[in-house]
Amino acid sequence: MIKRKIRARSSNAFIVALSAVFLGLLGGAVLMASIGSNPFTGFYYLFRGGLMSIERIGNTLATATTLMLVGLSVAFAFKTGLFNIGASGQMLIGGLCATLVAHKIFLPRPIYLVVLVGSALLGGALWGVIPGFLKAKFNVHEVVATIMMNWIAYWSIYYFVPAYLKGPSLETESASIAVSQSLRAPWLTKLLNGSYLNYGFFIAIAAVIIIRFILDKTTLGFGLKAVGSNRWCAEYAGIKVQRNVIISMMIAGGLAGLAGLSFYTGYSRNMQIGILPSQGFDGIAVALLGASNPLGVLFSSLFFGILQSGKGFMNAMTSVPPEIADSIIAVIIYFTATSVLFSRFWDRVRRRRQDRRAGGEEKE
Amino acid sequence: MWNTLSSIFPYAVGYTIPMLVTALGGLYCERSGVTNLGLEGLMLVGYFACAMTVRLLEHTAMNPNALLLFGLVIGVAAGAVFSLLHAFASINLKADQVISGTAINMLAGAITVYLARLISGSGNVRIRMGIIRKNIPFLAKIPIIGPLFFSQTYWTTWIVLGIWALSWLLLYKTSFGLRLRACGEHPSAVASAGVNVHRMRYFGVLMSGALAGLGGAVILITYSGEFNGTVAGLGFLSIAALIFGQWSPLGILGATFFFGIATTIANVSQVIPSLSVVPPVFFKTFPYVITLVALVLFSKKSAAPKASGQPF
Repeated sequence: MIKRKIRARSSNAFIVALSAVFLGLLGGAVLMASIGSNPFTGFYYLFRGGLMSIERIGNTLATATTLMLVGLSVAFAFKTGLFNIGASGQMLIGGLCATLVAHKIFLPRPIYLVVLVGSALLGGALWGVIPGFLKAKFNVHEVVATIMMNWIAYWSIYYFVPAYLKGPSLETESASIAVSQSLRAPWLTKLLNGSYLNYGFFIAIAAVIIIRFILDKTTLGFGLKAVGSNRWCAEYAGIKVQRNVIISMMIAGGLAGLAGLSFYTGYSRNMQIGILPSQGFDGIAVALLGASNPLGVLFSSLFFGILQSGKGFMNAMTSVPPEIADSIIAVIIYFTATSVLFSRFWDRVRRRRQDRRAGGEEKE
Repeated sequence: MWNTLSSIFPYAVGYTIPMLVTALGGLYCERSGVTNLGLEGLMLVGYFACAMTVRLLEHTAMNPNALLLFGLVIGVAAGAVFSLLHAFASINLKADQVISGTAINMLAGAITVYLARLISGSGNVRIRMGIIRKNIPFLAKIPIIGPLFFSQTYWTTWIVLGIWALSWLLLYKTSFGLRLRACGEHPSAVASAGVNVHRMRYFGVLMSGALAGLGGAVILITYSGEFNGTVAGLGFLSIAALIFGQWSPLGILGATFFFGIATTIANVSQVIPSLSVVPPVFFKTFPYVITLVALVLFSKKSAAPKASGQPF
């Protein structure tokens, strides 16, 4: 009986995620219909835009790369019971450090790539560790602290990029990074017919494996999860809660920094000012939909990657504005937050079915 | 120095007012026990609804000021309706309020631009009219105070200050206000006294939606004149002001004004030489840094409502 209960709960997480996706797509359909477009054509072009050719699949994977790393960052903090809403700021600072390295440091390619990755990791980790430290030492809520850090990063970039990294043409973006100094690889670009896919994708896959290993197989991971599931119990068991909170935010920040690396030196190759990257918030959706599990994050980031990279094509083929993808993601987040609604609904469905089965057995 | 001060002062007040009214909305919400991180999105909804209303009606023979007032009302209503999503999730479904607030921000950011694109391809909605700054008769002639507070003012400023004063009365001088604040401190005690906590919290969230919507609409008809799909973090700045002002009406009045001055100095420092000694990035990041510092300093004795963010 107890065993069945546990199994029922774990299958719930999956069903809840699917229900949220379904309602998100339904919400998108309603929005499309409300402006007089056919939702079926809209979705057809949305998914076709993400998947119809090798180049587009490459672009979808490149979009998913950033989402995967941000999702991993948010999920990792969730495991320690922390809400990292500051992935956007950590992305910006990680991306800024990497962009600086890309413009100023010239080394043989393999060593250069290590330095590039290291700089983004450090930048993001620094931006993550400050809220972690404030949380551990002064009990400052990490949600508020990371939001403040987001906007400090936003305004710092706003004035730093035009002053030190200005491009030749526009005041509002940094100079473009040379391909040889970016994360792009000519063989990869050629293989995928000129898509944006870059080494960031492999970094993201490696990160998924490493984070899964840390969480499942190491003492550090056990301690982090223990703090997340019951802080007082963990403290009583002799786990250093404060230290774990700081480490968790540092690693989460580092992961978001890598997301910035993949986006600013791989995908776009320059930094625009006055934009708080929306991927930082999409990553919350990725983590929630993936139930904070590294493998779940991998799959949900691919799904959101398709939505985000297909929207341009859909906009070109139909009259549906590209913001439909962001609306769908927002609806999905809303419904994962209100997942109680579905668990209640599915529980009722299951109970009714069980009652009926039990009734049938009695008759026999 | 005096000339600089008196010339930037009206701008500082202009920036302060939308922030003040939004932070006031956040105050209602947090005091009733619901955390609202969706203020940015709710402002955007008000901003958008007001822009659409004015844009659609500006060709009619309506009196400009009446039309702008009507736009404000629509902005307030739109913000309140949108905040129902947050209220339903956090009060009835006991959802995680941080996630729900984030969803509100993303939803507002996406849907408003989505709908704005129906009017113009770029998603920007420009309106042709705005409030004209006016000197208050007689009061503007008072030395020192006159040029600072009573000249070049928008009429919305006085409406917002009126709302601020009424809110202070409502929250601190009536039994209703006491009950509302108690819902944010110890909801089960209030419930045992026979007060409907859910209804009180609904009121708090709806007020935050309405006032944030007003804040967004005020941005449009005072200094912006165009809906461009973002309020550039003003909603988050309002949350910072709410924290820095330690969840009290007088505190947020001071905090928003302080932040308004910092923003104005950052914006005009390139133009006014005597201000360009300090780089503008300092003034722009200052509100967020000072809020973090305040959080650290008050961490031992925080005035935050104790039950804020906890479902009941």
